[in-house]
Amino acid sequence: MSITEHAPIPPQTDTDVVDVEEAARARQDKINGIAKWTLPSLMMALTLLAWHLYVTLNNIPHYVLPGPLLVGQSIIEDWGLLWPAMQTTGRLTLLALLFAIIGGVALAVAFTQSKWAEMSFFPYAVILQVTPVVAIAPLLQIYVDSAFVAALLCAWIVAFFPILSNTTIGLKSADHNLQDLFTIYGASRWQRLRYLSAPSALPYFLAGLRIAGGLALIGAVVAEFVIGRAGTGLGLASTLLEASYRFNFGRLYAALILISLMGVMIFAATSLISHLLLRKWHESALKRDT
Amino acid sequence: MTLPLGQRAPLLSMNHIEKTFAGNVTALRDMSLNVNEGDFLSLLGPSGCGKSTALRLIAGLSHPTRGRIEWQGGKNKDDLGIVFQEPTLMPWATVAQNVWLPFRLRGTAFDAVKNDIDEILKLVGLESFHDAYPRELSGGMKMRVAIARAMVTKPRLILMDEPFAALDEITRFKLNNDLLALKDAIGCTVIFVTHSVFESVFLSDRIIVMAARPGRVIHEVEVDTPYPRSEAFRTSAEYSAHTRATSDALGEAIGEAA
Ligand SMILES: Nc1ncnc2c1ncn2[C@@H]1O[C@H](COP(=O)(O)OP(=O)(O)OP(=O)(O)O)[C@@H](O)[C@H]1O
Ligand SMILES: [Mg+2]
Repeated sequence: MSITEHAPIPPQTDTDVVDVEEAARARQDKINGIAKWTLPSLMMALTLLAWHLYVTLNNIPHYVLPGPLLVGQSIIEDWGLLWPAMQTTGRLTLLALLFAIIGGVALAVAFTQSKWAEMSFFPYAVILQVTPVVAIAPLLQIYVDSAFVAALLCAWIVAFFPILSNTTIGLKSADHNLQDLFTIYGASRWQRLRYLSAPSALPYFLAGLRIAGGLALIGAVVAEFVIGRAGTGLGLASTLLEASYRFNFGRLYAALILISLMGVMIFAATSLISHLLLRKWHESALKRDT
Repeated sequence: MTLPLGQRAPLLSMNHIEKTFAGNVTALRDMSLNVNEGDFLSLLGPSGCGKSTALRLIAGLSHPTRGRIEWQGGKNKDDLGIVFQEPTLMPWATVAQNVWLPFRLRGTAFDAVKNDIDEILKLVGLESFHDAYPRELSGGMKMRVAIARAMVTKPRLILMDEPFAALDEITRFKLNNDLLALKDAIGCTVIFVTHSVFESVFLSDRIIVMAARPGRVIHEVEVDTPYPRSEAFRTSAEYSAHTRATSDALGEAIGEAA
């Protein structure tokens, strides 16, 4: 090998430099961005079409499976009934979630501040979690006068645990060296909680929130099934149950679809909150370059 | 600036320190050490000889089983800064907010120390990364932030536990130079834990060589080359002579343990 002389490399201008890999990635990103919305929409349209054809071609009676048109019609015609029911279920779910956040975070903070508190109460939190809420609901109905409050308690019980356990783990997950640093600088308990434990716990809490959001809705639906039967019409799930008694399958499916829609909305909202809070710094919210 | 060895005022002394952990692991036995104002003192020794343990004792993060650590004029929590092997930054906070931390924990508002923060960031060459998040920085830059955080309050003593061990050699050399310049600018004392003979000779004026099982001091090497030390020092005959003496002492430390 000898050292060869290189021809001087011509200076590059910024404008016409195109990295093939980068350009391909940009194109792929664009395609993915469009496909993310069009594909599910297309799937939805095809499913509705198949459903419609299946029902009409086979002459399926509407009390076995109503067609999508009938369901759509029910949503429109029964809106005066469905909308208040949706509001009730929505209020139930969101209140349960709110109380789950307050209770779960407060208890998690108590647990991390005092291990005695954790030893005393954690087993009961677990018991509350593992006991099926369907089994508790009828009891609550007996002891609590208001059907709404009883249903709220049911939904709260289900939504509470993921917040509690995630936040507890999160509060304890602060980096050990950072803990030492806070000790060296003589940080107070409050400073440690505020500036170290709480931010460390945030991603865990938000993951718990996403689970709890879905669970709160499930809890609300279960509670309405069990408690709403007593004649006190509650929300969408009670409406659904009632529609099934009356063989009003259009309304039944309409209620079912609205419940799913609420679930999707809760998931989207909690995911958005999580993204907004973490996007600047947390690994889970970072776009990978490669 | 710094007085020559032998003329410096005492800062702290470890007197016959013993530290025994549960399970009868004696991490340190009869360790005595006087640290003076302005020392750049390295703790050098094989893995497990109690270097980190000694640092934690000085930091007050744990307490000696026997013996006492005495600070000249009493210990104040504002006297200390510390740098760990990992940068240990808060990922949710910007560079400037990370550097603000020691002030913040004293209850000082950001605006009140804005100038100090800007100044130290300039000294570590990160003034344009004021509002960046740690994830946007390279390993070397993160370490600079950690050093800035430890130095921003101008503490009397800075403890460093193998701060550059995870960095590549080019970055490490650069940070070695910058650390000496920073120490000179701040006028603090440094206790620096390292595995590297070369690093300890380049940086320190006192090298404490320790042996393991049980952890103890077996030698002290003085590097009397005056500061500022340039890159040229790394290739000087003086440097190799000090390196040889230190290597020999370390070899003895390792031999004794075996
Ligand atoms: N918290 C602890 N509990 C029990 N033993 C410990 C603890 N901390 C350290 N030790 C023991 O004390 C001894 C000294 O540990 P130390 O971490 O101080 O060594 P070191 O010199 O810093 O080693 P390294 O160079 O590998 O970092 C080791 O034998 C270690 O196992
Ligand atoms: Mg160590």
